[in-house]
Amino acid sequence: MNKKTEENMSNGPSRRSFLRGAAAGTALMAGAGAAKADTPDPLITEVQPWASGLGDGVDATPYGLPIEYESDVIRRNVEWLTADTISSINFTPIHALDGTITPQGCAFERHHSGAIELKKQDYRLMINGLVDAPLVFSYADLERFPRENHVYFCECAANTGMEWAGAQLNGAQFTHGMIHNMEYTGVPLRTILEEAGLGAAGDLADKWVYVEGADASSNGRSIPMEKALDDVLVAFKANGEALRKEHGYPVRLVVPGWEGNMWVKWLRRIEVMDRPVESREETSKYTDTLEDGRSRKWTWEMDAKSVVTSPSPQSPITHGKGPLVITGLAWSGRGAITRVDVSKDGGKTWETARLAKPGEKMALTRFYLDTDWDGEEMLLQSRAMDETGYVQPTKAQLREVRGLNSIYHNNCIQTWWVRPNGEAENVEVS
Amino acid sequence: MSKFLNLTTALALLAAPAYADGFGIGRPALPEEIAAWDLDVSPDGTGLPSGSGDVLTGEEVFAEKCAACHGDFAEGVDNWPKLAGGWDTLADEDPLKTVGSYWPHLSTAWDYINRSMPFGDAQSLAPDEVYAIVAYILFSNDLVDDDFVLDQDNLAAFELPNAEGFIVDDRVEMELSKWIGEPCMENCKDAVEVTMRARVLDVTPDEEGAEQAAVEVKEEAPVVEVAAVDPEMVAKGEKVFKKCKSCHQVGEKAKNRTGPTLNGIVGAAAGKVEGFKYSKALKSKAEEGLVWNAEELAAFLAKPKKYMKGTKMSFNGLKKESDIEAVTQYLQTFAE
Repeated sequence: MNKKTEENMSNGPSRRSFLRGAAAGTALMAGAGAAKADTPDPLITEVQPWASGLGDGVDATPYGLPIEYESDVIRRNVEWLTADTISSINFTPIHALDGTITPQGCAFERHHSGAIELKKQDYRLMINGLVDAPLVFSYADLERFPRENHVYFCECAANTGMEWAGAQLNGAQFTHGMIHNMEYTGVPLRTILEEAGLGAAGDLADKWVYVEGADASSNGRSIPMEKALDDVLVAFKANGEALRKEHGYPVRLVVPGWEGNMWVKWLRRIEVMDRPVESREETSKYTDTLEDGRSRKWTWEMDAKSVVTSPSPQSPITHGKGPLVITGLAWSGRGAITRVDVSKDGGKTWETARLAKPGEKMALTRFYLDTDWDGEEMLLQSRAMDETGYVQPTKAQLREVRGLNSIYHNNCIQTWWVRPNGEAENVEVS
Repeated sequence: MSKFLNLTTALALLAAPAYADGFGIGRPALPEEIAAWDLDVSPDGTGLPSGSGDVLTGEEVFAEKCAACHGDFAEGVDNWPKLAGGWDTLADEDPLKTVGSYWPHLSTAWDYINRSMPFGDAQSLAPDEVYAIVAYILFSNDLVDDDFVLDQDNLAAFELPNAEGFIVDDRVEMELSKWIGEPCMENCKDAVEVTMRARVLDVTPDEEGAEQAAVEVKEEAPVVEVAAVDPEMVAKGEKVFKKCKSCHQVGEKAKNRTGPTLNGIVGAAAGKVEGFKYSKALKSKAEEGLVWNAEELAAFLAKPKKYMKGTKMSFNGLKKESDIEAVTQYLQTFAE
């Protein structure tokens, strides 16, 4: 997953302007800071078409889409990462979003054999293995169990994985966009397990629950019984509406705080077992190779992490010096975010940011640092802390323990180099 | 095991009455249904069906069903996974992780191939074919000789080189216990320097996406005479097309995948499918006016890489002329 080159260390200017936005920002900046207008603004003095004519009637778009002016706020793919989009991933445009809830339409997708179309009428969920009574549920059956609502983030274990060896992708969407955060409606997995009866499983302490999807990839993962009985949800709604096809319609698993690969989509089978299956996705993939060649397995929890979403390479400062909102996201798979600090000088000094709301367990937390920018360059960083007291590490700290080949579970502190013209770039600092 | 330390808490919450009663929702799963879906295979061999396969049979099946993506010798084509090689690279800077160098259990390879391969035609392999393919992958990794036979009795005992290479997550001891407490807020470093820049590396996709202009084909496609379609040949061609399905789609819902859609391809000018990024080789042939008539298609499908040096199509070719004829007739049934 790494494209390294010796050019990395050169200081030559970029051959192309990465973002039109950045260039526009430079032009705008000349007028920034001017608090008074020299000539009347025609947008105010002249009657505009929208103030005179008529807009669309109701039902112009029975299911609404974002207005055309927001057409750049979309998922994006990095083609060189994978052989084929059928088995690939794309990225949430986190640089352009605010708040914490990710709209389904721009929430990242990851498929192993494509997003399948499975009707509710054709949906079946089987539970078998060490249960008192193996059962089959229809979709309608699932809606008859008592259900719960919870907001959780889903982060791919490979999020930020391309950055292990060095600063690679120039944008928060690409470095940190394998994440989304939704409000799920579903039935606790524990309810389904109890419905089938766990008497046959005997001592539950060493038991596992194997979950698999209905698509051709048969993505399957083994979950320890303790987690299965704790907070795992069999979910069928997200943000109030049916799951999208690309997120597992009609039913997916939600495994709070744990790596996204375990959130099996198109969930078709739950098997209670006395051992883990050691499937492809939990041995050859999603295992973390250390410097000495050994690999960690069962690295399920996503550790505390944060990123400044704006300003960032795809969201440059366009207004010049003065009041500036620095904002970003923080999350932890081990509990609630308690604090986020922001540094403007690459980690020499830190200020504590304002959390938009108190952190919630295994959910995204939005932070703001409302500041007065002096127009000088910044090396912007954010550092999250969670309720366990854990402090988000630097890349150097992670490399010291794991080496350079880990790919997954990179939760390092990210640096954006913001220049006086407002442009920002993904960099690594000493 | 530390992973289960908190189980007592979880168990305490398990209310006994709910256990016994339940909601009475759902229906009993029938044995045939469980047999159809419960296919997973564990490292100890539980779940393996009876059967066997040898290396030489495996080589044939692999060439036919796997090599288009994984290469004749399991060495991988383009970005598709390499299945062989990489021994002793796990501690190197860019380790090569293959079944031979990385995978801890052979059961995993059998299970994955059985349930998820070939890509685009999953669950089409018979157990003996899966045993044979796995035997061939072991052979490609120099782990067995060419007379090796894999079956349900010797699979679980077969030890892969990296079987002992995994440890259970130790982040709690190695990381969490250290990176805890009140962090530094002032004078945390003396100096800060930029040591690496993403913009210099320049591997980020453009916001605009596709930069290249669509290739305009100047001339109208000439009219090509097409032979009448024979239903038997079409049926045969549909079977042959299974080899193409992991990359090409046909029919109403067809979309470009690794390869372009093939609706209306017979008799069409080359390089015209909208939205597909063709190789330079194909684009230049298209500019020269290549038309996919029966002869050109036959030559291409027999030996793709020989016919068109630099083609993206990583298929080895159809050996039998009758297969080529059949698949051509099958493709003729899909209009643009």
